[in-house]
Amino acid sequence: MTVMSQLFASLAFKLARRNLFHDRLRFVATVIGIVFSIVLVTVQLGLYLGFGRMVTTMIDHASGDLWIMPTGTKSFEDPSPLDERKRFAALSVNGVTDVTAVVIGFAEWRLPGGGATPVFIIGYDVRAPGLHPWNVIAGSIESLSIPNTVAVDQTYFERLGVTGVGSIAEIREQKVEVVAVTKGIRSFTTTPYVFTSLDRARAYTGTSAAKATFLLVHLAPNADIDNIRTRLRTTLTDVEVLTQAEFHERSRTFWLFDTGAGAALFAGALLGMIVGTVIVAQTLYSSTKDHINEFATLRAIGSSGRYIHTVIIWQALLNAFIGFTIAASIGFVIVHLTAESALPILMTPGLTVVLFALTVFMCVTSAISAIVKVMRIDPAMVFTR
Amino acid sequence: MTIHAIAVQEGTGAVLEATDVVKVLGVGAGEVRALKGVSLSLAPGELTLLMGPSGSGKTTLLSVLGCMMTPTEGTVRICGHSTKGAGPEELAKLRRNHIGFIFQSYHLFPTLTALDNVRLALDVRGEHGREAVARAKEALTTVGLAHKTKSFPRELSGGEQQRVAIARAIVGNAPIILADEPTAALDSKNGHAIMEVLARIAKDPTRAVLVVTHDPRIVPFAQRIIHIEDGCIVGEERGGGERSGEERNVSEDGSIDEAHGIEEEDSIKTKRKRMQR
Repeated sequence: MTVMSQLFASLAFKLARRNLFHDRLRFVATVIGIVFSIVLVTVQLGLYLGFGRMVTTMIDHASGDLWIMPTGTKSFEDPSPLDERKRFAALSVNGVTDVTAVVIGFAEWRLPGGGATPVFIIGYDVRAPGLHPWNVIAGSIESLSIPNTVAVDQTYFERLGVTGVGSIAEIREQKVEVVAVTKGIRSFTTTPYVFTSLDRARAYTGTSAAKATFLLVHLAPNADIDNIRTRLRTTLTDVEVLTQAEFHERSRTFWLFDTGAGAALFAGALLGMIVGTVIVAQTLYSSTKDHINEFATLRAIGSSGRYIHTVIIWQALLNAFIGFTIAASIGFVIVHLTAESALPILMTPGLTVVLFALTVFMCVTSAISAIVKVMRIDPAMVFTR
Repeated sequence: MTIHAIAVQEGTGAVLEATDVVKVLGVGAGEVRALKGVSLSLAPGELTLLMGPSGSGKTTLLSVLGCMMTPTEGTVRICGHSTKGAGPEELAKLRRNHIGFIFQSYHLFPTLTALDNVRLALDVRGEHGREAVARAKEALTTVGLAHKTKSFPRELSGGEQQRVAIARAIVGNAPIILADEPTAALDSKNGHAIMEVLARIAKDPTRAVLVVTHDPRIVPFAQRIIHIEDGCIVGEERGGGERSGEERNVSEDGSIDEAHGIEEEDSIKTKRKRMQR
């Protein structure tokens, strides 16, 4: 017999199951506690993942091998200007095939019906590879080469006072026409992204013609990226040269940890774990107390401490399996409902596995108080009860 | 012959031997000397009664003999294994391998069927699967409950519950059966039936049965009666329990003919009166 089949053949599992379901009210209360706890942890960690993905979405969707940026740039949304002439210096390095500029900055979008709202301008070279809008669902990004044209996301139609391709608005007192519409390019700051050409971006953000925010470097196939980066660092001054992955990590770290947002989410998750552990521990302990005669009888008829621990651990694991199944189902509904929101909650296979492991850990940890109680049982008490 | 000499049967292949057992309970001002040098042995094939008034040390002695506690002084040997210096796990091992318990209030698991309650004694020994189920069924058949395997304790009468407890005690072929007031919670008919089962079990030449009781009605079933008072054995006598007298109530397949057993109560009463004379 395998270890697993032996475990299930043992009455310890049946005893645990019967003990658990014997008092249905307490069982329901326990499961609600676990579900509440795990849903809270799911939301917090899902938000953490969703936030982490949103803050790096521009970097992740840019095609390029290296990013050149002013020294000290914290994230993609940190618009410090650098001299665009560095682009030519970068192009002179062997192995570099192309360097494109990206200009970002805040601007004021005047609604056609009156009023204004801030927008985040992203200017890029529409004729070169680099950072382009994606998920285009209407119009075409090629049309952005026409002066005074922009691409916006459909999520922000109401905020921007537009209805789709052909809508007219105004940025910095310059008329703009929506020529492309994207889906799902949302900003975690809730300020709408507006894609446009490089020169229009400079005009809308007040950036001088000789300046850019980032330079995206494309390398030749099989080029030695470390070597080229070293040469770029030597050639260019007052800039940092980061790989795509490094810039991704820097942005993520800044928004999640330097701002304290990630810590707050983790604190919420930890709180959920603590609440769940306390609830399960309390119910397991009182269940063990209610069945103390049975545990004493088990001890009296010669069961080992391990056997009794197995019964209690099975109870904890059953709680975990049932609680997690319900919590995960609720979690997936929440993920679905928030998919189109400003800050979607993300559920990945990895997070699902982590949540399951956390649930099991929480429930097994909760069993400790019950096990301590059982270990103190005097088997001779069966003679007096 | 001294009481001590009568009680201890050395060199007779005893399955349980207690020598000069002293047990002190509590500490400081609350210290009580519950056992004051008790010696006894249990030989297989006998049903022994331990009788005494409340507070005489019966339960403490049963706890010490049953390896639920170790003696403060003296030695207890279970099938040759001394309990001296044994920790809780070693004592539990001695219990599961050598001792079957029967309790006054049955201590069955209310959420398990009769069959599972009996199986539990094998389960804690790591014996699972079909063979364990078959042995549990056999034990239930032995106590006359072959038809109640799927019943839960709440569906059984007190006598039936105690018989399930007996089946649990014997299923592992423990050489020592310790019973604590097994008839105290039962009416006379059921108490009588239970004692018949225990008496029959005690006829097994590999098994010793010790019954703690204050019920004089069960004296006729015993081969030995040990009297305890104030933590000391104060007397021992030979009982009138017949080694083959109850076989008329046992069917060929080994199960108990309960109705017959109960109907025989009158003859037992007669036997009891004879004993009292």
